[in-house]
Amino acid sequence: MTDLIELFLRSAFVDNLALAYFLGMCTFLAVSKNVKTAIGLGIAVIVVQAITVPVNQLILNLFLKEGSLFLPKYNLEFLSLICFIGVIAAMVQILEMTLDKFFPSLYNTLGIFLPLITVNCAILGGTLFMQQRDYAFVESVVFGVGGGFGWALAIIGLAGIREKLKYSDIPHGLRGLGITFIIVGLMALGFQAFLGI
Amino acid sequence: MSSKTSAKDLVLDPIFNNNPIALQILGICSALAVTTKLSTSLTMSFAVIAVTACSSAAVSLIKDRIPSSIRIIVQMTIIASFVILVDQVLKAYAFQLSKELSVFVGLIITNCIVMGRAEGFAMKNSVSDSFFDGIGNGLGYSIILMVVGFFRELFGSGTLFGFTVFTKQSAGGWYEPNGLMLLSPSAFFIIGIFIWVLRTWKPEQVEEA
Repeated sequence: MTDLIELFLRSAFVDNLALAYFLGMCTFLAVSKNVKTAIGLGIAVIVVQAITVPVNQLILNLFLKEGSLFLPKYNLEFLSLICFIGVIAAMVQILEMTLDKFFPSLYNTLGIFLPLITVNCAILGGTLFMQQRDYAFVESVVFGVGGGFGWALAIIGLAGIREKLKYSDIPHGLRGLGITFIIVGLMALGFQAFLGI
Repeated sequence: MSSKTSAKDLVLDPIFNNNPIALQILGICSALAVTTKLSTSLTMSFAVIAVTACSSAAVSLIKDRIPSSIRIIVQMTIIASFVILVDQVLKAYAFQLSKELSVFVGLIITNCIVMGRAEGFAMKNSVSDSFFDGIGNGLGYSIILMVVGFFRELFGSGTLFGFTVFTKQSAGGWYEPNGLMLLSPSAFFIIGIFIWVLRTWKPEQVEEA
């Protein structure tokens, strides 16, 4: 149990997908202009991450690996990339349809972000780290949730800072993207401090 | 972007005038984690140039036969196939490097540059134009990677491509390596400064926020 808590804290803070591994940067920079949308996207990432990482873990161990449960004779790991991206696209689509049918209000808040998530590197990155580090099923659930949580925290924090940034006087060439990078760098420094946990 | 633009423009334009990272905010995702050393940055650059060029050409080749409702999935599959190809080649011929690049070769799939060029350019243009556009954008991405990699390796470990440039204090020299350069924040700072320099040089790229 303590291992799992430790894994959660690690994946959320120290190994933060956005700030330590630069994953999901495109959306991270593009959608962090106000806090409300950042929260929506953050929640969407947590949900998708929490579903896709364990599902991909199952697929990897049941079908693709050498000595897997259903196809023990074949080593199909070279197909893993194409499988993972297929699974992510499919899961996002299913999630979108389910939300639309059963939770229309939630769908309206998350709706536009869901398709974006398919091409978000944080999601595929989470899965690939799971494969590389050989997580068991329970660990992969914890890692998925933790990684998503860390990413959400980072984007909400950045959005909060950028909202206040409107009032500051920034050198001409640095406006917009430049200063955002510098801020993200400072945030990354802050998150590195969690290394002590 | 019709037949008037030459192949040279297609290749050179994205490097400074329309840089995919500095101006279009694309593909930063996988870029930065591999830049602690120049050799990994270089490998990553080649991988991205190859994938972008080949997948743009391939998408352009079949653009009239892709139904628009499933085009994203088709593009995704084409890109994923090329990435697997690159990944396998790296594993076969440069195993050590592919270990160091770890998951980031796979992450070329979700690199928005590749996807963005396939969707934004290759769907509307001829095969050869798309190919050169892919190379150009790959180069634009590479130049940032190389700049970041250069500074991080030089100041972080005092070497370039693994050769000692500044002799470290621990080895009897004068240079005290800056450990921060090997951590992630420095990459953000360097890109921020790169954008600053680029926009001071070409003021028309400044955003009015």
